[in-house]
Amino acid sequence: MSDPRELYQQVIIEHNKKPRNFGDLEPCTHQAHGLNPLCGDDIVLKLVVEDGLVKDIRFQGHGCAISKASSSLMTVNVKGRTQAEAEVLVEQFRAMIRGTLDVEHQAHDLGRLTLFSGVKDLPSRVKCAVLPWATLHSALHGEDTTSTE
Amino acid sequence: MTTAVLPLDVPGIRRDFPALTTPFHGKPLIYLDSAVSSLTPLPVVERMSRYQSFEHTNVHRGVSTLSQEATDRFEEAREKVRAFINAPSVKQIVWTRGTTESINLVAQTFGRRNVHAGDEILLSAMEHHADIVPWQLLAEERGATLRVIPMNDDGELILDGLDDLINERTRLVGVTHVSNVLGTINPVKEIIARAHAKGVPVLVDGAQAVPHLHVDVVDLDADFYVFSGHKLSGPTGIGVLYGKRELLEAMPPWHGGGSMILSVTWEKTTYAPVPARFEAGTPPIAQAIGLGAAIDYVTALGLDRIAAHEHALLAYATERLQAIPGLRIIGTAREKASVISFVLDGIHPHDIGSILDHEGVVVRAGHHCAQPVMTRFQIPATTRASFAYFNTREDVDALVSGILKVQEIFQ
Ligand SMILES: Cc1ncc(COP(=O)(O)O)c(C=O)c1O
Repeated sequence: MSDPRELYQQVIIEHNKKPRNFGDLEPCTHQAHGLNPLCGDDIVLKLVVEDGLVKDIRFQGHGCAISKASSSLMTVNVKGRTQAEAEVLVEQFRAMIRGTLDVEHQAHDLGRLTLFSGVKDLPSRVKCAVLPWATLHSALHGEDTTSTE
Repeated sequence: MTTAVLPLDVPGIRRDFPALTTPFHGKPLIYLDSAVSSLTPLPVVERMSRYQSFEHTNVHRGVSTLSQEATDRFEEAREKVRAFINAPSVKQIVWTRGTTESINLVAQTFGRRNVHAGDEILLSAMEHHADIVPWQLLAEERGATLRVIPMNDDGELILDGLDDLINERTRLVGVTHVSNVLGTINPVKEIIARAHAKGVPVLVDGAQAVPHLHVDVVDLDADFYVFSGHKLSGPTGIGVLYGKRELLEAMPPWHGGGSMILSVTWEKTTYAPVPARFEAGTPPIAQAIGLGAAIDYVTALGLDRIAAHEHALLAYATERLQAIPGLRIIGTAREKASVISFVLDGIHPHDIGSILDHEGVVVRAGHHCAQPVMTRFQIPATTRASFAYFNTREDVDALVSGILKVQEIFQ
């Protein structure tokens, strides 16, 4: 396992303390509720999508530093992108965590989200990092709830 | 502890647990998760291995010597369980897969027969999901209601209103002997007496009690007492349902199949007497024998000595953890077994668990299958350290330095 310090870098600690785009968003066009029954992590994600563009996105709920920072950085990266681009990010993020995308040697659009690449060495935490992304996927596909189980 | 007991030979005991002397993430393993499942000592592993290698065949079938001997070993283990909890008869010891299955068995047999629309089942506020969900399923099916014995901020049950909570509609009281989250040792003897005063039977969930306390089902006057092998230094896949004779005998079968019958025709089946009636199919034989060996092991160490050792560790750990700024212990009952749950300001238990894991310290982080307890204390989860007879003060020190490291990372 990698040293947890590599994962718990300043950026992640900072986003955990001061998550961006945290709060309610009404009215919204898309929303979903993500649950990790194993640990009780719980997020509600709301979006305003207009003309195929993610105009606004916010999340609420509680979870560990990994899931909170992942949610926070996700909102930052998705806001202002097209829905199609957001879906590509979802896929690339999942692939990175699964270990099928080598972020150092393969092309991707993840930018600072590669901070989470260390999660692939912590199998017990994979679901924490992926939960917001799975929830985003559900929201964009009109599903109300997502579970990591 | 008023009477002096000889201390445990902890270094000697630790040699029975190969995991404790094998590096883990390059460090010694500090196992503080016995409440989730205890490590299995070598004599138990070896006993199961001997059975599996040389003595194995099915039980209660056939006339071969091998089969007879396997049956004898299997039934000897049942006798060990009987003696361990002081049950009057081996006929009151039913093998199950564990605590969860034992409770489901009672809910689906006793419960289905006795719980009707409008009836109530009374559970304590600190039950494990295993002692909630089976009753919820039954209540939904029957149109019955679950009611709850509340607890205070220390994690002690509030028994003032108990006599009102138990009323003419109450069909069963379910209470955990020791809370797996809070460590609270509940006054089950008193609860049972007060339920019996109103003619209501009590099921005691002993999953966390049997590893730490002398349990005497007759002294408690428990109607049902359930536990799992794997929390008592034994293997997974085996558990026990103890029940009062007249209750077990009045209960209909649950799972049907081989071994639970007297005779079968196309028209009608007659059922075996208890406990066989509740043991359809091939049982977990090696596991039952392993549980018997585990009982021998802890009995030889001495439950009094185990309790004294764990109590001292709990006191030491409580003192050291309380001294950490920003740390709050959840569960501060006067009567506690060796379980400490805690929360750290601003740091989620999963992050604590991951970082401690890297330090070689294995704890549990989460809701511990007791979400109503989390709700009661308005927290999403806790980190829990639980101590067994092989743990030492050095283990507690490692936990403390691990926690300080977590706080440093999160500063
Ligand atoms: C108090 C309590 N009850 C029931 C259970 C369930 O035991 P098992 O999973 O062995 O069936 C546990 C295990 O965590 C427990 O601590």
